Amino acid sequence: MSILELRDVHRVHGSGETAVHALRGVSLAVEEGELVAVMGPSGSGKSTLLNLAGGLDRPTRGEVVVEGTALGACGRVALAALRRRRVGYVFQDLNLLASLTAAENVALPLELDGAGARQARRLALAALSEVDLDGYGLRFPDELSGGQQQRVAIARALVGQRRLVLADEPTGALDSQTGEAVLRLLRSRVDAGAAGVLVTHEARHAAWADRVVFLRDGSIVDTSGPLDEPDALLTPPGGGR
Amino acid sequence: MSVKHGLLALLERGPMYGYQLRVAFEESTGGTWPLNIGQVYTTLSRLERDELVRPLPKSEEGQRPYEITDAGRADLASWFATPVSRADRPRDELAIKLALALTTPGVDVRAVVQTQRSATMRTLQEYTRLKARHEQPADLSWRLVLDAMLFQAEAEVRWLDHCEASLVRYSPPPLRVPRAEPDSATEASSR
Repeated sequence: MSILELRDVHRVHGSGETAVHALRGVSLAVEEGELVAVMGPSGSGKSTLLNLAGGLDRPTRGEVVVEGTALGACGRVALAALRRRRVGYVFQDLNLLASLTAAENVALPLELDGAGARQARRLALAALSEVDLDGYGLRFPDELSGGQQQRVAIARALVGQRRLVLADEPTGALDSQTGEAVLRLLRSRVDAGAAGVLVTHEARHAAWADRVVFLRDGSIVDTSGPLDEPDALLTPPGGGR
Repeated sequence: MSVKHGLLALLERGPMYGYQLRVAFEESTGGTWPLNIGQVYTTLSRLERDELVRPLPKSEEGQRPYEITDAGRADLASWFATPVSRADRPRDELAIKLALALTTPGVDVRAVVQTQRSATMRTLQEYTRLKARHEQPADLSWRLVLDAMLFQAEAEVRWLDHCEASLVRYSPPPLRVPRAEPDSATEASSR
């Protein structure tokens, strides 16, 4: 079963002559262990796609299914619960609440969902350990580097039972080495049994995905992947093309 | 880059014989540039002719090591000190292909751009997967060679994005066929 499925999804903002077709019939399935990158110019529908996938917005037509639940059939309360329990977000910035420690930030969605403080804390520390931040639980965001903050955000996105992570330019403000470490981590957390959608305009970052989907004017125009064995690549430079 | 300077750089580490040089060359280029043993020996004999290396006595196993000479060291230092010129690299077939696509009737240039972008993206994914296999690569040379290929592929994707954005705003002028030089005899007779 796919963790995320978009079936012929359309999204139109406004109506009549000023209507904007943000998405025009997009179908996309993301399986467990799969990271899919979405690339495209500004206005191609990348953010709309991510918002629909996370239940932050509803399609005009078509269906979004997260772990077997069709979001269209969910009322507001059920949709909010699904967002808390099943979906995690990683944004470019403004990820963490400055007045909460790293562990409290990670525990927050669990507590919002009614988990006891002790259990939430235990799961949060486990999630921080998964992203190699043992011993950082008591630090505040401004006591962490940019890369560490993004690792906390990834821990929070996948804390507890959540298995779908939606990342919007998660390496935006980071230098190339730190950005790469964040993607390597996202990759390994997805490999461990989650599913991810990564929106980016950086090809080098999209390359960490299993598939890269190209969006143009609200439609998928092309998909790269799946991959061959990478050893086939080791030919002399310039000899490949 | 030439095999010549690669071998000189390796010999700067200490004397080596042909097979050792081949293995060391492939290791230091991350396996991206396979070298056959014949190339190693022809290069060594040219280097010896130019007095940039000199042969040492054969080992008990019958292998003949070579060492770098002072002239060889000077040549190597000057190579490291000189930037690689863009003009030394082969012409960019892709740029030429796109330029021709723009002016060839019936060619969907956006499709050419997208086909290339997918292919380059796939290459980028494959390089990244190679990189991802090595959590803590001990070999910095290997990693940097791989990074060079990654950055080049990325640059190509960025350039293709740029091409596409430019195409959106582009309205093609009428196509022209360059006229042949007027043939004076024919012209004269037709008058």
